[in-house]
Amino acid sequence: MKAPAFDYVRPQSLSEAVGLLAAGGSEAQVIAGGQSLIAMMNLRIASPRLLIDIARLAELAALTEAEDSVTLGAGVTHAMIEDGQTPDPSRGLMPRAAAALAYRAIRNRGTLGGSLALSDPAAEWPAVLVALDAEAVLYGPGGRRSLKCREFINGIYETKLADCEIIESVRIPKLSASARCGYLKLCRKSGEFANALAVAVADHARGYCRVVSGAANGAPLVLTQASQALVDNRREPEALRGAIAADLDHAADRHFDDFQHNLLMVAAMRAVREVTA
Amino acid sequence: MTAIRLRINGDQVADDVPPRLSLADFLRERRNLTGTHLGCEHGVCGACTVLVEGEPARACLMLAVGCDDREIRTIEGFAGDPAMAALRDSFHRHHGLQCGFCTPAMLITARDLIRRGRAGSEREIRAGLAGNICRCTGYTNIVAAISEAAAATAGRPPDAE
Repeated sequence: MKAPAFDYVRPQSLSEAVGLLAAGGSEAQVIAGGQSLIAMMNLRIASPRLLIDIARLAELAALTEAEDSVTLGAGVTHAMIEDGQTPDPSRGLMPRAAAALAYRAIRNRGTLGGSLALSDPAAEWPAVLVALDAEAVLYGPGGRRSLKCREFINGIYETKLADCEIIESVRIPKLSASARCGYLKLCRKSGEFANALAVAVADHARGYCRVVSGAANGAPLVLTQASQALVDNRREPEALRGAIAADLDHAADRHFDDFQHNLLMVAAMRAVREVTA
Repeated sequence: MTAIRLRINGDQVADDVPPRLSLADFLRERRNLTGTHLGCEHGVCGACTVLVEGEPARACLMLAVGCDDREIRTIEGFAGDPAMAALRDSFHRHHGLQCGFCTPAMLITARDLIRRGRAGSEREIRAGLAGNICRCTGYTNIVAAISEAAAATAGRPPDAE
């Protein structure tokens, strides 16, 4: 199908974009890569009256590297991360996740900020960014604020982005040289959204370990007992499996059927084994 | 209507388009470049793949207005491109198409795999083609054709855009 009619503007700055968004109210929508939004518009799931094209804003392309973090502009594409054109704070985890995200033609246009703003529960970046303890930098009429991605993502396609805010960048803490990462995306066809996703980060030098399940019927699910098991340097498969199972069972609001529960177990177990092996 | 200027297959083009017009419909209906095919119109089948600034993109997931000032290359724009010539020859000899609907985008995607050095094995080629669906399921011959073209053009990367 074709998208319904709408008006289109291409502001020259982020502050102009925020102004247009504020003036446009709930009928206005920003578009960057458009790789989800235009598909949703073509399917008539979304029908904004005004599109504000932020794809070319230089402010959203900024890359900055500090001693302990990397800040990627929200307009960075998945392909740029895949190809190593951006500084990598994650010791290979982000390029690896990017390479299996949808298809190259999608990765060339789709953006990090767009993926985070949509927060599809089965998408890669929400789970990866929560696992890396990244924070979203949000720009609105009142200025900037930052929120950890773990707090920013509320639920299925739900975030704490205010009506006239735009994600400006994502600040990602740098992993230590000795840090290890595990990653597994389960899907039946290459490039599909995940049926189950797991990310494990073990950075003992920084005292930071986190295991996250994605495609878990909600916001990325931080597996607290499994994370603690990594902090405690547990390596026995039974202990790790028990911790993951306890975390999944404690997520009382998620309603996993047996098949999905099993997929999430397998994904988390393999990601965890990758950092403990 | 919004005025746009862009380059398509090397030609400077100017037009007035409604914002809702996709790049794919613009190419097909305004420019008569009907080698860009539309299957699903939501980014899954890959039949509308074209090059935007030299990189593959879904023409159904781009707005014509968003392509203002951009350089677009469609399947009609590869005359004289060595990798595309090798691919056309090998698709022909390996019977790498049946109905032909997916073929233009298969060729553009395959050329990009070769250009990026991602056509070194059958596994790599199959992974790289995951976003292009052939409903005749003719993948075996498509993969064989790409594999041969990649070997034939090894060390001779396609011309820069």
